[in-house]
Amino acid sequence: MKGRIHSIESFSKVDGPGIRYVVFMQGCHLRCRFCHNPDTWNTSIGNEIEADDLVQKIISAKPYFDFSKGGVTFSGGEPLLQAKFLLEVCKKLKENDIHVAIDTAGNFDTNDPILKELFHYVDLFLFDIKHIDSDEHEALVGVRNERILEMAKYIANVLKTPMWIRVVYLPGITDKNNALLRLRDFIATLKSVEKIEVLPYHEMGVYKWKDLGIPYTLKDQRVPTIKEAKEVEDYLNEGRNI
Amino acid sequence: MENNTDLAWQGYKKGIWCDKINVRDFIELNYTPYEGDDSFLKGPTERTKKLWEKVAKLMEKESKNGGVLDADTKIVSTITSHEVGYVDKDLEVIVGLQTETPLKRAMMPNGGIRTASTALEEYGYKIDEDVKKIFTDYRKTHNQGVFDVYTPEIRSCRRNGIITGLPDAYGRGRIIGDYRRVALYGVDRLMKEKQEEQKSLEKEAMTEEVIRLREEITEQIQALNELKIMAQKYGYDISLPAKDAFEAVQWTYFAYLGAIKEQNGAAMSLGRVSTFLDIYIERDLKADILTEEQAQELIDQFIIKLRMVRFMRTKAYAALFAGDPNWVTEAIGGMSNSLRTLVTKNSFRVLNTLYNLGPAPEPNLTVLWSNKLPEGFKKFCSMVSVKTSAIQYENDDLMRQYYGDDYAIACCVSAMRVGKQMQFFGARCNLAKALLYAINGGKDEMSGDQVGPEIKKIDSEYLDYEEVMERFDEVMAWVAKVYINALNIIHYMHDKYAYERLQMALHDKEIYRTMACGISGLSVVADSLSAIKYAKVKPIRDERGIAVDFEVEGEFPCFGNDDERVDQIALEIQNKFMNHLREHKTYRNAEATMSILTITSNVVYGEKTGTTPDGRKKGEPFAPGANPMYHREKNGMIAALNSVAKLDYEDSIDGISYTFSFVPSALGKTDEEKADTLKMLLDGYFEKTGHHININVIDREILLDAMDHPEKYPQLTIRVSGYAVKFVNLSRKHQLDIISRTFYK
Repeated sequence: MKGRIHSIESFSKVDGPGIRYVVFMQGCHLRCRFCHNPDTWNTSIGNEIEADDLVQKIISAKPYFDFSKGGVTFSGGEPLLQAKFLLEVCKKLKENDIHVAIDTAGNFDTNDPILKELFHYVDLFLFDIKHIDSDEHEALVGVRNERILEMAKYIANVLKTPMWIRVVYLPGITDKNNALLRLRDFIATLKSVEKIEVLPYHEMGVYKWKDLGIPYTLKDQRVPTIKEAKEVEDYLNEGRNI
Repeated sequence: MENNTDLAWQGYKKGIWCDKINVRDFIELNYTPYEGDDSFLKGPTERTKKLWEKVAKLMEKESKNGGVLDADTKIVSTITSHEVGYVDKDLEVIVGLQTETPLKRAMMPNGGIRTASTALEEYGYKIDEDVKKIFTDYRKTHNQGVFDVYTPEIRSCRRNGIITGLPDAYGRGRIIGDYRRVALYGVDRLMKEKQEEQKSLEKEAMTEEVIRLREEITEQIQALNELKIMAQKYGYDISLPAKDAFEAVQWTYFAYLGAIKEQNGAAMSLGRVSTFLDIYIERDLKADILTEEQAQELIDQFIIKLRMVRFMRTKAYAALFAGDPNWVTEAIGGMSNSLRTLVTKNSFRVLNTLYNLGPAPEPNLTVLWSNKLPEGFKKFCSMVSVKTSAIQYENDDLMRQYYGDDYAIACCVSAMRVGKQMQFFGARCNLAKALLYAINGGKDEMSGDQVGPEIKKIDSEYLDYEEVMERFDEVMAWVAKVYINALNIIHYMHDKYAYERLQMALHDKEIYRTMACGISGLSVVADSLSAIKYAKVKPIRDERGIAVDFEVEGEFPCFGNDDERVDQIALEIQNKFMNHLREHKTYRNAEATMSILTITSNVVYGEKTGTTPDGRKKGEPFAPGANPMYHREKNGMIAALNSVAKLDYEDSIDGISYTFSFVPSALGKTDEEKADTLKMLLDGYFEKTGHHININVIDREILLDAMDHPEKYPQLTIRVSGYAVKFVNLSRKHQLDIISRTFYK
């Protein structure tokens, strides 16, 4: 079976534990206004690759995983849009004892049978929560967040698969109206969360919007400092210890 | 004498090394593996600090003086030619200089009188008229001998740059004397062995081979005798074995010093002395006659001397091998055949000199990496790399299978058994140019000369992969033959007119010789063939009918992305060319080998090569060694590492060089995290059977700043291709080449 990938980054230290082989899947159904990879949105473009070929590529990096306790991370785009393809790939990766992480925004139905089967082969979720407030979420991303939060609970409390929460910090948006407190309380209910990562919003992807001819609507958004993002991260982490 | 030897060997476990010259056996029986961390290490002593300050000042002066501080124009350098020399006698623990003053370059005309006199003239000196007359009228040199025999075809290949960098006008180097033998046995015992060897040849029929060997052994014995005289001038009697750690270091250094007084070889490597010396240091530490501070002082001072090695070389040589390198290569670490680690405390001490004295390109510190190395050592090396960018790594698990556990590295990447093996250095063949010859019917794309054979010209509108491959194979077969012929001539003459007497005296009688060929431009060739195979390539021919440009339609995979489609092409070319080399008869029955290594000559090769089908324009540099072409690695560093690791060591046992640069933040936030990541990458790369890797951890901005403000970065060291250089001493062209390389983020 063939899948569509945007690109491969064979070495990453920031997308899961150890050395990660990151496969950026093509296609996303969210339209985050702050997205730094809008070139991964379109579901009909990208490089087609056979599942077996991708598996071979990933296996060729196995010694690096073994020495660093790393593995592969499927990112995107939204990798779960190609669940069938990933299922075939991940089955084979697990046969080769490779740690699998999936970086998802989680906007799917928890009853989807293919997803359910796929999740069986996933060792870690990097789970993005764009905003805790559904109205704000819709304004920022284009869809409401109920399904996403349900998915988070399902993974964390039913499947109990380890989970790292990822939040992009946009000053004035992420922290609007007590949102951080609500987010902190929500994350505290997720039992398998191992880590919370707050990434400061940045403008390094803006040029891609221009290249694609899509208007960038977050023009006046302030870029936070690394220190500010760290403070938000510390705050969210405190919730887990209560 | 026997009593003295017993005294020197007191406390050591006896073995075959006592009856036969066998340093490896001595090490195996007596060394103490060290599995701990770096916490025992000491800083430099006051003496060392003061001495290094003085030497650093002299080096600064040398740099300001255009690269040469002083040069001898009158005395032909031999082991005993010069009087003793010191930097500051009161501060020096280890003594001995090449000439009577520090950094003054000796004159060695045996390689070629024209080269020797040109080198002097280029730096504002004038060679003594008598010396010039003697080596022109009365005493033939290596260079003269070679050109007496070169065929028009070889000259044409050389002129057009399809074979370049040949050691026909400079010392071939890449020979490592087993300098440890002088410390372990003393010179008298070594002379006695050589006399025995000579005796064993008395009853033989006096064939050319035996005559040559008998003459060589006589020369070796004379050189050993001169070595004793040289040491005597400094007040030391090295006829006997070293009795303690100080003497072991000093004797070893004297042996090396003798070699560099006699030979201006392209690479004058030290070998593998760290663990050997540790045995002496351990014994003295245990006997309480040496402290750790003193042990480190011995090593620091030894390294200072190695940093001061200088040779007089032409500017053309510097264009090829930038940054005034000598390849004083020391191989550190590795595992023994019994799978105990060969890492000792002294492996740490030698690397610790990069902290105590600051980073430096020489000696060329090479860590022999095994996945089984102790964690403490792995961590320490990685941290030193992160902080200094001054180390290169080679795969011990791979090389040990070929060379056993007492090999060292000659020059950049070439392994050889110490004292048992030597190589006939052969620079390299420009394969990218060879590919253009295949397209252009054997004509050179720059000069238009018919350099290669008049093979059938390709005149189709688009290049056909099968057809190009067929022609390319014809050209490779032809050039391999010319290449080996040239090397046969060169090494015949080098043995005859510039024989390495002392270095060979520190070898066994039976020597395993390799004919060390090399290639450049492998990634250019692989990408070009990939373009021809997977895209459409249309040559643009000029009025001579020579393809001077190429139009490429469509995409094609490039080497460095772990993409089998193109990586297999690289492997096929590697294997084909190696097999062509294997077909030819070699001087002294040397085994043909090959390296994928360019040193810094990738820049010069690029200058001499026309536009290639991969999109590289005329004159643009090749990637160095086995590197993928810059910025064509689109899948990150592990994919790039995997492509290079795929190259077959069996077909390039002279070494496969990869130079790798990281932006520091790519490896992690803290230094500990960076070192840890680097360690894991090295483990992974060598597990994948990669052979060699140079590690640079540096921000491009620092290099840019250093170009504009060299005075701020006198010791900024960067690894280029199998060796390290002081960045500020490079030409602007070489600096730009380094900055344009891929830095992994």
